Order: sequence, then C-alpha cells, then structure tokens
Amino acid sequence: MMDGSKFDDALTGEQKIRNFNINFGPQHPAAHGVLRLVLELDGEIVERCDPHIGLLHRGTEKLMESRTYLQNLPYFDRLDYVAPMNQEHAWCLAIEKLTGVEVPRRASLIRVLYSEIGRVLNHLLNVTTQAMDVGALTPPLWGFEEREKLMIFYERACGARLHAAYFRPGGVHQDLPDALLDDIEQWAHEFPRVMDDIDGLLTENRIFKQRNADIGVVTQEDALNYGFSGVMVRGSGMAWDLRRSQPYECYDEFDFQIPVGKNGDCYDRYLVRMEEMRQSVSIIKQAIAKLRDCPGDILARGKITPPSRSDMKTSMESLIHHFKLYTEGFHVPAGEVYCAVEAPKGEFGVYLVADGSNKPYRSKIRAPGFLHLQAMDYMSTGHQLADVAAIIGTMDVVFGEIDR
Amino acid sequence: MSDALNELGSYIEGKRPDCVLAWDVTHGELNMDIAPSNITGLVEFLKADATCRFSSLVDITAVDYTGRAKRFDVVYHFLSMYQNHRIRLRVSIREDQMVPSITEVHPSANWFEREVFDMFGILFSGHPDLRRILTDYGFRGYPLRKDFPTTGYTEVRYDEVEKRVVYEPVSLVQEYRQFDFMSPWEGAEYILPGDEKETEAK
Repeated sequence: MMDGSKFDDALTGEQKIRNFNINFGPQHPAAHGVLRLVLELDGEIVERCDPHIGLLHRGTEKLMESRTYLQNLPYFDRLDYVAPMNQEHAWCLAIEKLTGVEVPRRASLIRVLYSEIGRVLNHLLNVTTQAMDVGALTPPLWGFEEREKLMIFYERACGARLHAAYFRPGGVHQDLPDALLDDIEQWAHEFPRVMDDIDGLLTENRIFKQRNADIGVVTQEDALNYGFSGVMVRGSGMAWDLRRSQPYECYDEFDFQIPVGKNGDCYDRYLVRMEEMRQSVSIIKQAIAKLRDCPGDILARGKITPPSRSDMKTSMESLIHHFKLYTEGFHVPAGEVYCAVEAPKGEFGVYLVADGSNKPYRSKIRAPGFLHLQAMDYMSTGHQLADVAAIIGTMDVVFGEIDR
Repeated sequence: MSDALNELGSYIEGKRPDCVLAWDVTHGELNMDIAPSNITGLVEFLKADATCRFSSLVDITAVDYTGRAKRFDVVYHFLSMYQNHRIRLRVSIREDQMVPSITEVHPSANWFEREVFDMFGILFSGHPDLRRILTDYGFRGYPLRKDFPTTGYTEVRYDEVEKRVVYEPVSLVQEYRQFDFMSPWEGAEYILPGDEKETEAK
C-alpha cells in the first residue's frame, strides 16, 4: 500500500516503503523513438533502468541475406534515418574493400561532402531535440529549418530527401551540378550565423546548464568498458575520431579539428556536438573547393558499377552489363571484412561475410547507439527521473539503427 | 599496416599458444581462430597486455555455416584506441556447445551476447541476464539461423472482436519472392522435368 493507509509499525509511525516501478515509453516524446524503459524508482531517484529494445526490429540482417549487394544498399538509409548517407558509406566501403575497387577522386570528395552534411543533419537534430527534452522549445524550430535546407541538398543530389541510396559501391550515383555546389557553399557561409543563434539560446542558458552540467558523467575508463564511440568518448576527453585515426576515403587531406570535452557530462557532449558542426562546415567548404578543381567520372567503371548512359545506347555489351548488374547483381569475392566509418553517432561498422555469390552470406551491422543505450543503466542510476530524458537525449539514440 | 599486424599476431600467438589455433592477416585485418574454452582468458590478456591494449569491444556476432560440424562461428571484434589497431577473434562451436561469456571483462558484451543468443540460440555460460533482446516478447525460434524462413512462422494483426493483437500462423497469398537471377552456368542448379532419369540410369 503506497497510499499510507497501512502502517506497519504503529509505535514509530514508520511506513514501509517499496521501490516504484514505472514504464517509460514505448510511446514517449522524450524516448526518441520506440524505447521502453522499465525504471525502478526510489522516490525520484532511479535505482535501476532496464531498456527494452527491439520494438522497431525489422530483421534487416536477415533480409539482406536474400538480396543482392546493390539491393541491400537502401536498407542502410533506414537504419539511422537522421543521417542516411553515412550508413551507406560503410556498406560501400566494405564492398569496395572486398572487391578491391578504387573510387574516383571526385566521387570520394562528394562522399566526404555528403557525409559531413549528414553529420550536421544529425547533430542539429540531436542538439535541438535534446534541448527540447530539457525544456527549451525554440531550438528545434530553428534547427529543423536548417535541416530542411540540407535535406533539399540531399534531394537535389539524389532525388530523395531521406532515403538517398546515393553512395554506390564504386562511387556515387550521380554527379553534382555546379549550381548545387554553389548553393551548398552559400549555405555553408550562412549557417554559422544560425549556429551562433542556437549557441546564444542554449550555451549560457541557466536552465539548460542546470539540466545538463554534471548529468550523465562518463569517465574515460567506463567509456572504454562500455564500448562507447564518437561523441560519447570525445565528450569524456579522448580525442578518438576514425576520420583522423584510421582515415578512410580522403579525410586525410582535410584540415579539421577534433573537439573533446573535459568532464564527460551531457553539457560537454553538447558543446562537442556544436563544435563538430562548425568543423563539418569547414570540411564542407574545403570539399567544395576541391570538387571545383576536380572534374571527372563519379563511378569506377567496371563490373560492379553500371555503364554510362551513352555507352548503353551504343554498345550491346554495356546494355547486357547494365541488365545483368540490376538483375543478378555483381559478385563479391569470398572473404570477410569489417569496415567502419565515423558516423555522427559514433563508430558505425559493417561486418560482411561474402561467399563469392551475388548476395552477402552474412552482414552484421554494428550500430553505435546499441552500445550507448546499453549503458543506460550505468548512466542513469542515481539520477533523478527527469534526468533520464536528458541522458537519452545526449546518447543520441535512433531506433532505426539500434533495433535494425 | 600489415607488417605491424603480422608482428602483433605472432606476438599474441607466442604469448598464448594454448588459445590461438590459427591466425592470418587478410584485407589488412588480423583474424584469429580461438579455442572456445580459452576465450575469456585471452580477452582479458588482450585487454591488459601493454602491446595489445584492446580496450574496447566493438562487436560480437555469429555466422551460421550450415553443413559444417562446428556449425557456428562466434566472431569478436576488438579495437585498441591506444595502439590504434583492430583484431577479429573467431570461435567455432557446435550447435549444442556453450561459449563462456566475456561480460566480466567487457561489460559492453552483455547486449551483444544477448543478441547472439536471440538471433542464433547460442548460449553464453556465465552471462548475468541471458534474455531475448530484439525479437518480440514470447518469440520462438532463432531468426538468423539459415534454416529459419525470412517470413517467420507467425504474423500478428489486431482482432476487432477480441480487442487485442492476435498471433496467427503466417499465411502468404503468394510465395515469398526469392528471385534467382544467377546465370544458369554459374551456380543455380535447375532440375528440369526428366533430369532425374539421368541419375536413375547410372
């Protein structure tokens, strides 16, 4: 009896109190998707937190085993649907590693450009919605306006705002028109002002600081023990970024800084994300400058990529190749690789086992959010119930990739 | 890169010859085949040893090789943020065999092992809480095994009469579409009517 009607000890008047279990979600605006948390509360303090995931499980890995490599590509957009192209990137890299295909330089630059756009897309969503979780209403409205502009860049490159299927094994699907490059550059010049606006709203905001500083502190040791990656380790003071430490694509020729936090709390991770967006904008500007000097093909023409349209119209072999590529698909030599990219949320990897046929024998998707959410119990124990929302926000969970 | 990995591979083999069955470096990645019983000790060594320092667990998964006596490969990926290298450990096990859990060494292995259990039915001994994780409450079967159909066995719908979601055996109005686009001379084994006579004659 929690209503106090029954006293066990009439002499002292002490009440027997037991912990209270509540369900957080699966439909909760602060759960960032379909997350069900079973929380054991002692008053307002979280004693235990058991996340129940899998409500968005679609069996992506199983489905991928019965589809060709190219048909599997769009599944990656649907994992972390906040920054779709970064996921495709890992898949393309894995296939390219096994087949030994060299991506043309222009395609490589386009990939970097769009990966960074994806990073800004993700951080804008995360920073602003996390702010909403802790009580600020304006940032999401401002942030989503910018996201809208970026998604139009997605659309102008590939025709889709979200499910891009733009990075292809061997390059990217279409070349970018010059006008698009001009517009992205113009956006890159205007965006810092919006960043300053959001910065002005949040960074020194008293409520925002009270809700985030010293909440969800992760020590370096625990960040490693729980297998964190991305902003979650950088917020704890480790300058670990795959773009720098294990450069893929052509990240090694770009000039950018890796921001790190000091205290490993939610507020530091917010600051890291804000700075990362600024760095991404700088990479975007560099990539555009390089793209202007680098005309050329955007697909490594060969077995795994389609022939150019003009070839198809004139050459029978190209036509047959095109037909076979989109029906049978290309064959990937047997072997196993693990390819990881620094996705906005952390290390997103693909473990691909190929058996030499046109379908992957097994592909495991390693999502950063899976590990971050796993540490929910560790991070939220001892915090107030209201902090749970702030912690979920700072972990940057998206259920598309966690549940797969 | 490969030289360093070769060096690392022979170093680990030299230190723990009882664990390492075989190792190689392919595609610039270090692979090691490990005896199932020694996995915990080896992972602990890899984490603590100054040359290895595989501080974080990247991934645990399994691969189902039907037709092999040791049906499953449990695959571990580790990353060293200090030494900046990766390693992949493979443990081959039979269907009825258990794998020691490494949650004691890497707390992050908890959910990965639950996922492998959920998807493949591989049991991890010593795991604190081996429940299903991704599939539905009350789900039966192990979806990522190769003998599990992609469509599954049950489907759900909301029943207006009972006012709840009901589970029913899956019924397909048409066959699940698994197109075979492989070239006829490249793998697909079509059995045309009359082909059986050829084998009978022999």
